[in-house]
Formats: sequence, structure tokens, C-alpha cells
Amino acid sequence: MRRVLILTACVCGWMILGQGAMALGYDYPLTNRFTATVLGTPAEFAADLPAEVPVKVASLKMFPDREVPDILWNLSDLRYSYIRQKHKAPLVFLIAGTGASFRSPKMVTLQKAFFQAGYHVISLSSPTHPNFIVAASTSGVPGHLTEDSADLYRVMQAIWAKLQTKLDVSEFYLSGYSLGAAQSAFVSHLDEQQQAFNFQKVLLINPPVNLFHSVEILDRMLEENIPGGLDNFNAFYKKLTDAFADAYAHGDDVEFNDQFLYATYKYRKPKSDEPLQALIGMDFRLSSSNMAFTTDVLTQAGYVVPKGMKLGRHAHVTEFAKIINRLSFQDYFDDIFLPHFQAKDPELTESQLIEQTGLKGIENYLMTSPKLGLIGNEDDFILRPGEISYLREVFGDRATIFPYGGHCGNMAFPDNIAAMLGFFQNSHSE
Amino acid sequence: MKCRVNDKMRGTLFFLVLVAVLVLSGCSTTPKPDIQLDPPKHRAEDLLKDSVEYAVDVYDPIEGLNRRIYTFNYYFDKYLYLPVVNTYEFITPNYVEKRVSNFVDNVFEFNNFTNNLLQLKLKRTGITVGRFLVNSTIGIAGLWDPATGWGLRHQNEDFGQTLGHYGAGNGPYIVLPIFGPSNLRDTAGLVGDTVGFNYVGPPAWVNDDTTTIVFTGVSAVDKRHRAPFRYYRSGSPFEYEMVRMLYSKKRELEIAK
Repeated sequence: MRRVLILTACVCGWMILGQGAMALGYDYPLTNRFTATVLGTPAEFAADLPAEVPVKVASLKMFPDREVPDILWNLSDLRYSYIRQKHKAPLVFLIAGTGASFRSPKMVTLQKAFFQAGYHVISLSSPTHPNFIVAASTSGVPGHLTEDSADLYRVMQAIWAKLQTKLDVSEFYLSGYSLGAAQSAFVSHLDEQQQAFNFQKVLLINPPVNLFHSVEILDRMLEENIPGGLDNFNAFYKKLTDAFADAYAHGDDVEFNDQFLYATYKYRKPKSDEPLQALIGMDFRLSSSNMAFTTDVLTQAGYVVPKGMKLGRHAHVTEFAKIINRLSFQDYFDDIFLPHFQAKDPELTESQLIEQTGLKGIENYLMTSPKLGLIGNEDDFILRPGEISYLREVFGDRATIFPYGGHCGNMAFPDNIAAMLGFFQNSHSE
Repeated sequence: MKCRVNDKMRGTLFFLVLVAVLVLSGCSTTPKPDIQLDPPKHRAEDLLKDSVEYAVDVYDPIEGLNRRIYTFNYYFDKYLYLPVVNTYEFITPNYVEKRVSNFVDNVFEFNNFTNNLLQLKLKRTGITVGRFLVNSTIGIAGLWDPATGWGLRHQNEDFGQTLGHYGAGNGPYIVLPIFGPSNLRDTAGLVGDTVGFNYVGPPAWVNDDTTTIVFTGVSAVDKRHRAPFRYYRSGSPFEYEMVRMLYSKKRELEIAK
């Protein structure tokens, strides 16, 4: 049986290899989903990817006439990156996860993997990243899948218009992780009508089923796992950094480098999940604070900055950081997001708007389009109970679900990279 | 003793900083709530408490100036420092870059040696001496680093850490032109290390201005080449706050080691 499996894997390529390896036991080392999410894939277990790839960073202006407030001066041009193959090859567009930029560590992993596999790669920041909000969001109020994806689609076309003479492209692919995965599906849906790229294959990596539901979970992870609540955040932070200090002072292998977290973890494993959950929640809170503040300033929402207040280039904004770090995504939803959309459509209810932040609206498309595929993790905690089964149902045999990895923790693991590349390589029109 | 040119340059630099301080410290930009403006939905008085300590708060009395120097550093990087570093990276093979880094590190073992000794960390002082001897001989003038492979790890200490070791607090946060995030203690440390290095360390042994100037230039390029930090790359509107907080925390950890 085993031999047959291996033989099949060899014959049929990477995709089967990914699944075959799973059937034979999936060796991703961090079986705790929170540990996996915080640490990702430590270098010693990660897929063998090139140390450096010839990535170029470029920028463009989507709204030449937009007046950007002084405090956001350095965000007015949209930055993105591309990697060029010297030969004719497929081009893959990548969309980053919530709050992440085109050069976040996860994006770099994807870029290297796709470049190594022979593709041109264009990487975009998440529509929730401050740079995208200021430079490319039509409304300045991110979080709405249809609208953000339309913005992404416009950006992709603008970039393609600039690069099409430089890149010799055979066909177009699309992928994204986390929120970027959900947006990939919507962008692909839009592309069915507009046909600017006619994407051949679209891969969703660890998408939320509903953005709003997922961020509720992330909000709670911060608020419920700091002993004594957020007022005691500093004590929690001190304890945490003391633990880091201890590991750094006494752990021989603990140095300030990209392996710092993993080395610290090996030196002193956390006794419970709470601090890890709080860390994940904090990371999300920082992203959503950046997002909400940017939107507040850009749209004069009067959220934490008084309407009409001009913040200069060098304004002291620490006080605003402290205030906004106390506010959840729910606050953003109630005070900025919902009013913004109700101003455009007074009939719109809260539950309708929440629905629009999820995949349900394009469920039929997801079920029937053979070009779409999904990679997920059984233990992804941004999904509500039952949502992983939902994704299985919707994507059927186009879904590869790994037993663990938390939220995007295993993206750089060899089996995951193989599954990801296999999905695209299977489609080659040879 | 003849006056060293690079000391003069450093003197000029600090003079310029001083002038910049005097010129710019007048313009502070704390946003003052305008009484005509409606209060925002979420206000400090509803959410923040005096009794609570906030991790993001760092003593920063010259914030207005610091923020301007932060921006200055961004432009300095963009139009001078990074183009030089990029050119260096373009024309130099990775293999050679690594040799240069090792060489620079080996010369600066002098600072690790003095500061470990000043903190009476004798084992670490010994390791540093061992490293210097091994790498200078077998490692051929420090171009290679066989010592690390033998378990003699880098024992980084600077004079700021030494001052911290003996109880000196951070003092006010300072963004130094070109050098970047620092504080009063670490700025004093930087001056101490620089003076010690130049008057007692390798430049004094060599006693040749040209060599010293070339080395200073090479080490400055090598240092930036190895530092992945880029101003305003995070895209966060609170990057200044984050860098300030993380710098202070990182130094705390280094001093505790």
C-alpha cells in the first residue's frame, strides 16, 4: 500500500506528494496551534528556499489627486514588489494577510517558493495595511471583501500596465494567505466578469470563512488572556520580556536574530497557552490599531482624533496610540465601518454587513469553479467550530487540510510548500 | 601626539548635532486639542488612567527634535547611506562581504574586551581575548571566524552596557543623527567607546590617519549593510513609538546579559 502510494506520488507530481506525505504522517514539529502560529516554521524544519531572490521594489500612485494628511506623508505611494524570470513563465499575484505588507516574512516565503518554481511574482500589501489604505483604498475604510478586492483588482491592472513590457507572461495565477486568501477568491470572482487576467488557478491559504467572526476571536485572545485585563498589559509585557531577558542572558544559542523567538522557546517553553494567545492577540491588535488610526485620520472619522484636527509630519501621537490600542475591531466596526456603509445604504443592517465580510456571498462560485483551491489547517483557531468542515464541503477535493499548523504557522514547511506549488504545477497547459 | 583627522570629523559631527538641537528644540508639535473641535468618539479621559503604566511610554523630553532627526535619518539613508551600501553590495561578492564583516568585528573585539573587563566579567573577557588571538592568527587577520566554531562565541559588550551594568538608567531617549535610536546613557557609551577605541585601541596601535579613516568608512558601510532596519518601512503610523519602545527593551535585555 505504502509503495503504491509513493509510486503514485512520484508519477503524479507534487500535489499527490503533499497528500501522500500526510497520509504517511505529517511531521510539522509544532503540534500546539498557538506555538505554531507564534513561531512559524523554524529554519531547521523549513523548506529549502533560496537565501536571496532578485526582488525589486517599486511604487505607483493610484490617486494622483488625493490629498494625504501630513502625518501619513510617507504612505502616499503604493509600494509593491516583483520578481522577474528571464524566460516566459506564469505570473502569480500574491496578497498579504491582515495588516501585513508585501514584504512580510510570510510573503517572502511565498515569493521565494514561487520564484524557485519558475514563476514571475508580484506581491501586494493587504488592503488593511496603512500604505494600501492611504494609497489605494477608494473609500479609505477597509474590511469589506467586495470593495477591497475591487481595489486590489485595480491595483493589479495598474501594476500590470507598468510591467507588461518587462515580464514575459504565459498565464496568470493568484494566491494569498489569511485575509489575503479570502480576497483572492473575491478578486477571482470579479475577474470572471472583467477578464483582465483570466486567472487560470487561484489558491486560498488559511482563509477566514468570515472576517468579522475571525477578528472577534482574535480580539478575545488579547482581552481574555492578560491576567487582570488590559490595564495590566504592562505587567504582562514586563513578565514576557523578563522571560526573554532570562533566555537571552543564559541561553547560549539565544541571539537577536530571526531565530530569536524559537531559540527562546527552546530554552524556556511556555507552561500554558495563555501568554501565546495574548501574543497573537497583541499582534493582531497592533495591526488593527494601525489600520483604524490610518482610516480615522484619512477619512476624518472622529474616532480617536477630533474631526478637523490637523496632525503634522512630526506630530506627537503616542497618546493616540495608547487610546487606540484599547479599542477592538468591534469598536472599529461599530464606529467607523458600519456608519460608513449605512451612510451609503440606509437600509443596510448590521448582520447583512457582517455577512459581506465573509465567503458565503460567493459560496456558489467557490463550490463550482475548478480553478480555485484551498490549503488549510484542521486546528486553525481563527475559524469558528464547524467552519473547517464548511471549507471542506465547499472545496471538496480541491481542499488540502493539514492536521495542524495553527493559523499560517506551517506555511514554510516542506509539505505545505509542495502542496502549494503542486496545486499550480498540476494545471500546466503543457 | 598628532591630532587625528577622524576625531576632528567626530567633533564636527557633535557640533552639528548641538546646533541642530538649539535650532530645532524650539518647535514642539504636541497636538493641542482645539476647543472649537468636537471631541472624538473615544477620548483619553475615558480609556486611559494615570495609575496605569503603558509599555509604549518612554521618557522622551526632546520628542519634537527626535522625530525630526528620525526623518533626517530616513533621508540620509535614502540619498546617501543606502546608495553607498547598495553599491558596495552590488560590486562585492557575498563571500568578500562576509570577510569584511569578520575583519571589522575582529578589530572591534577591543571594545568587547574593555567592556567585559570593566564589568569584571572575567570568563567573557577571556573568551574575547581567545577569539581575538584565534581569529587574528588562524583566521588570518580576522577575515575568518574559526573561534565561533570552537565554541568561543561573540561576547558583545559596549560602554553603554557597562554604564547600565553599574546602575546608570536610560536617561532621556535620543535619536542620534545617522546612528539612530539611543538614549543619554548609550550616547555617553558611544562617545566613551569611540574615544577609548581611538586613543588606546587599534587606531592608536596603527597610528596612521589614512588607515583609520579607511577603516572607519569601511566599518560604517559594513555596519549598515548588516543592519536590516529601514526607516518608515513598517508603514505603521506609530513606528516612532514602536522603535522607541523596542530599542529601550532591547537595551534592557542586553544590559541584563
